[in-house]
Amino acid sequence: MKFDTPAGPNPIDRGRVIGIPHDRIDGPAKVTGSAPYAYERHDAAPNAAYGWMVGSAIAKGRIAAMDLRAAEAAPGVLGIVTHANAGKLGKGSMNTAPLLGGPQIDHYEQAVALVIADTFENARDAAKLVRIDYAAADGKFDLAADQAKGVKPDGGDPDTAAGDFEAGFAKAAVKVDQRYTTPDQSHAMMEPHATTAAWNGDKLTLWTSNQMIAWGVGEVAKTLGIPKDNVRLVSPYIGGGFGSKLFLRADALLAALGAKQVGRPVKVALARHQIPNNTTHRPATIQRIRIGADKDGVIDAIGHEVWSGDLPGGGPETAAMQTRLLYRGPNRMTAHRLVTLNLPEGNAMRAPGEAVGLLALEVAMDELAEACGVDPVELRIRNDVQYDPEAGPQRPFSSRKLVECLRAGADHFGWAKRNPKPGQVRDGRWLVGMGVAAAFRNNLVQKSGARIGVDAKGRVIVETDMTDIGTGTYTIVAQTAAEMLGVPLDQVTVRLGDSRFPVSAGSGGQWGANSSTAGVYAAAMALRAKLAEQAGYPADQALFEDGLVKLDNKSQTLASLAGRDGLWAEDSMDYGDLDKRYAQATFGAHFCEVGVDIDTAEVRVRRMAGAFAAGRILNPKSARSQVIGAMTMGVGAALMEALDVDTRFGFFVNHDMAEYMVPVHADIPQQDVLFVDELDDKSSPMKAKGVGELGICGAGAAVANAIYNATGLRLRDYPLTIDKLLKAQAA
Amino acid sequence: MSSDHLTRRGLLQGSAVLAAAAPTLSANATTPRTIGANAMMPVELTVNGREVHLQLDPRTSLLDALREHLHLTGTKKGCDHGQCGACTVIVEGRRINSCLTLAVMHDSEAVTTIEGLGTPDKLHPMQKAFIVHDGYQCGYCTPGQICSAVSVLEEIKAGIPSHVTDDLDEVAISEAELRERMSGNICRCAAYPNIVAAMRDVAGEAKA
Amino acid sequence: MRPFTYERATSVAAAAKAAASVQGARFIAGGTNLLDLMKLQIETPTHLVDVNHLGLDRIEKTDDGGLRIGALVRNTDLAADKAVRRDYAVLSRALLAGASGQLRNKATTGGNLLQRTRCPYFYDTRMPCNKRQPGSGCGAMQGMSRSLAILGVSDACIAQHPSDMAVAMRLLDAQVDTMGADGVARSIPIADFHLLPGDTPHRETALKAGEIITSVTLPKPIGGTHVYRKVRDRASYAFALVSVAAVFGKDGSARFAFGGIGAKPWRTPEADAAAKQGAKAVAEAALTGARTTHHNDFKTLLVERTLTSIYRQRETRA
Ligand SMILES: Cc1cc2nc3c(=O)[nH]c(=O)nc-3n(C[C@H](O)[C@H](O)[C@H](O)COP(=O)(O)OP(=O)(O)OC[C@H]3O[C@@H](n4cnc5c(N)ncnc54)[C@H](O)[C@@H]3O)c2cc1C
Ligand code: SF4
Ligand code: FES
Ligand code: FES
Repeated sequence: MKFDTPAGPNPIDRGRVIGIPHDRIDGPAKVTGSAPYAYERHDAAPNAAYGWMVGSAIAKGRIAAMDLRAAEAAPGVLGIVTHANAGKLGKGSMNTAPLLGGPQIDHYEQAVALVIADTFENARDAAKLVRIDYAAADGKFDLAADQAKGVKPDGGDPDTAAGDFEAGFAKAAVKVDQRYTTPDQSHAMMEPHATTAAWNGDKLTLWTSNQMIAWGVGEVAKTLGIPKDNVRLVSPYIGGGFGSKLFLRADALLAALGAKQVGRPVKVALARHQIPNNTTHRPATIQRIRIGADKDGVIDAIGHEVWSGDLPGGGPETAAMQTRLLYRGPNRMTAHRLVTLNLPEGNAMRAPGEAVGLLALEVAMDELAEACGVDPVELRIRNDVQYDPEAGPQRPFSSRKLVECLRAGADHFGWAKRNPKPGQVRDGRWLVGMGVAAAFRNNLVQKSGARIGVDAKGRVIVETDMTDIGTGTYTIVAQTAAEMLGVPLDQVTVRLGDSRFPVSAGSGGQWGANSSTAGVYAAAMALRAKLAEQAGYPADQALFEDGLVKLDNKSQTLASLAGRDGLWAEDSMDYGDLDKRYAQATFGAHFCEVGVDIDTAEVRVRRMAGAFAAGRILNPKSARSQVIGAMTMGVGAALMEALDVDTRFGFFVNHDMAEYMVPVHADIPQQDVLFVDELDDKSSPMKAKGVGELGICGAGAAVANAIYNATGLRLRDYPLTIDKLLKAQAA
Repeated sequence: MSSDHLTRRGLLQGSAVLAAAAPTLSANATTPRTIGANAMMPVELTVNGREVHLQLDPRTSLLDALREHLHLTGTKKGCDHGQCGACTVIVEGRRINSCLTLAVMHDSEAVTTIEGLGTPDKLHPMQKAFIVHDGYQCGYCTPGQICSAVSVLEEIKAGIPSHVTDDLDEVAISEAELRERMSGNICRCAAYPNIVAAMRDVAGEAKA
Repeated sequence: MRPFTYERATSVAAAAKAAASVQGARFIAGGTNLLDLMKLQIETPTHLVDVNHLGLDRIEKTDDGGLRIGALVRNTDLAADKAVRRDYAVLSRALLAGASGQLRNKATTGGNLLQRTRCPYFYDTRMPCNKRQPGSGCGAMQGMSRSLAILGVSDACIAQHPSDMAVAMRLLDAQVDTMGADGVARSIPIADFHLLPGDTPHRETALKAGEIITSVTLPKPIGGTHVYRKVRDRASYAFALVSVAAVFGKDGSARFAFGGIGAKPWRTPEADAAAKQGAKAVAEAALTGARTTHHNDFKTLLVERTLTSIYRQRETRA
């Protein structure tokens, strides 16, 4: 099915199942611990041996010599995989550094061996006996030091411009020109990267934790040099990803190689302390933002430059993306520069680009508001624009309700009570402040397929390789199928995350919910046609409800139409150029109240609220959870999350969960989420958009702006920790 | 202030040498292996009311005994170092991190895991409340959260104070108390307010 | 984790003897620090002596009105103990500010005193660290040292002592009661229990091989207002950047001990003497001899601010 004209009325609009805050259908499995994750497949691979990864001790250089004798002789050891015996390996097109290093070493903790033993304890112990002599080479590890060496990255659109930014900025009545930095961050999902691998002849099955099944199949095939048809990936449950599990990673490759070597299934989970340096992370940025406005705060010129680093062949953190679309202004420029660093591999983490871009831009807007003496909510409303401001009015937004979000959020939050003058409000030992920030995240659509059937009992079954990484996919896919076929939710079975199922959009870039359900919609339309045909009714007049296919006062049950063998249909949703003709994005507004200890500068978030417009909300319950989860990650980014770089050794020092701080229960107060009514008919027949990443976009800036309002301290280097606040105050 | 200030290059090479040398320098490579060290030890546990007899390598954590030997994979491994709470189980009535304890240390003790609290057909009230309040997303921290949540309500009932208890002798349920006491269970999906709502729900029920 | 043999000790004397007679033997109590380090092979005992079943889990009054806390009393039980809550509230507060509910259910009084540093270079076995591998250099000093100590440090090591409980114990002038492998019992004042790094940072306590902690004894209650204030990067489940334990007398006299800043739980008589002059003076006295790095120099200011906060709250309560 092709989606190339705006959606008209369709069965989804009925809203009997879709749009209802149903409990998750995978809930009982998750709350009882019976949902199987990748390392837990005793059922599928009962005899799995245990693999333990050995990571490089240097950031750059070569392995001079490897001595495996002691490890091989250790009790229970079955085999050891290294570059020397793994055979010729390709490199996945989405991996920057090879997943199995050696002799060349590209980053700290790059995998250099997998030790396989009969037990977990033996494998972990023997791994320590692998003796490696390295020849270390000098590397580059300091983004700030090498900022000037940044180059324009290949591909994409690193730079954009419209009007004459320099001239516009030069003559502006009010100017903001500031530098902001954001640190390297770690996804820190709760389930480590993990895979159980088994070979059957030349067929490989990987029970793994991966957000993108079809990508994964392709990358496994490419890396191992085997046909795609010989690779099966299974990921029914994924213990969080946030971008960390978009790609093939070392756990899966090593498990596959290990299982081949020892001739039995092998399972590998990365140890927690290996994850930050072995896998990907969100790269640090340096950002310069210049905004020129008239004295009422109306923007005339806006410029956003971003520097980030990555390994050779890597890509930039696209932190200026939102600045291309969020606010008005005839004179504009954005630029991304990429510095070559030898730190571990940078890549996507929840809302790549916007998540850190807005940490800078939305603080700059707060600074502009203050410079103009305009209320920060009002400032954003004044600078709203209903079309792509780089392309002009010929490219309108498909829907854009930023202003509605700002108003609804401000109202709910009690923004009017905010004292605009910083440092005025006291509550006991706390200085109290409020902050606002706009939320913005592009809406992407991806081709997505599904197979849907009705069995002899009238049960509806959906199969797609789409994943549920906590996003609620099981439930919204079931809701979509139930709505389309007119059955109650509990009559739908959803099977996900298996490469034997039709290729879906996968979970990334917050496209999952809209795109995957649109794929189910397409398949369901095909099945409706078959069922109607079976019933002898014209497909466009048949009504699907109450488990029946109806025409006028005639009806037949789904079960009877499906027959003994059931009836199946498969299709996918493919997209035309609506996303080119229309700018498509999701919007919102974050509000936050913080307390800052008057003496110690400890920051406590007291309450948060946000209003969001993201098309049809398919399930308000799981969507709200996505948003509060993302808001919390925004709090983490604002207040505590940072991978500390040791620029001598070239690695992230705080590489475990005791040292890399993420918010805990005690950090997170009440969080209110409002969804502003919106249907986006240019997004898909679902008229939905993504919401899972929108919630992090701007959340941290609202925290930073609240800290400013509480204290009068404007910090521009994230995270805003006690040491920085104290130093700023003392300065 | 350092006497062993090394040049950057020196440090890098130092690290390489160290890494290479570490195994030979450690006590184990030079002293003979402990006699009988790989010997299995018998361990008897009562897990979810069922007595089990295991022969275990003494290095086996309680967590791995559950997951790898008893195939009770409901209890999760998030960090294996006491840093996340995913492995929380209830041993002899108290919640602990099962990753930071050896199975042999619990010989003849009773362990309750998520599987022992309830099953999909027979949910524990806390499990039900987690579903109703959407107290989870990816589900990986969830068994640990639920084991903790059940225990936290007991701990409050038993009058055990917490970091946020104002008067150490007056322990009562509040939002702040629940949040502080649950802080040893990290949820990166951050279902935190929903988890607290689920607990309040169950606590209210229990009171009635 | 290297292979080891395991035994459950049946008496204190037998435990001490067993630990002394097997080379590389260690006691295991809660295991929450030892197993953490064993998994990374930072600790590599050949034999574990489980001391959980020796009846060392009682809290009892001493003849002179103090309190004897068995070495195996869990952190949760100690914090919740009636007598501790009433007479040594600073200890309850310090315990409750540490780790998590699950960890406190396992962690013991003896083990907590003996927990090792959280220096990230100590924790990464590929990095130089004089404490883990004497003579290999200190990775932290020129590296990321934000969490590390500023008092009692040496040219060899700037590791912090991470315990909260031990700070309160230091404040309360606790005695660490032990039994040696020879069956001889002794009591070590807490001030002498932890060693400063000097040029032997791998030597951390006054305990001899095989010597087992049997209890920790608190002198009789000192009354006063008890405060434990811990400042950290998140609201819970994090080690202290700075913590201050304080007991204020009615007359404005006070004693102070500090966490997060010392190579061992920190206390100086000069700080106590400055109590009546206010937070700034106490901070100045406590921080005499501080040696900071670029990353942890904020701790001096934070000590002062934490004290200011404590003084301020005293005033508002009074
Ligand atoms: C993620 C995390 C966060 C934490 N946060 C904090 C915090 O904020 N504040 C804080 O104070 N602590 C914190 N801790 C540390 C925790 O308090 C300690 O791990 C615990 O107190 C150690 O006690 P244990 O009984 O488990 O010791 P074990 O691990 O059993 O033993 C530790 C050491 O003491 C020795 N030992 C134990 N008992 C005896 C004895 N009776 N005689 C002689 N030697 C003995 C052992 O041989 C070992 O060397 C944290 C720990 C973790 C993992
Ligand atoms: S500060 Fe001490 S513990 Fe840390 S690396 Fe240096 S020597 Fe090791
Ligand atoms: S797995 Fe035990 S606390 Fe993380
Ligand atoms: S539900 Fe995913 S970590 Fe808590």
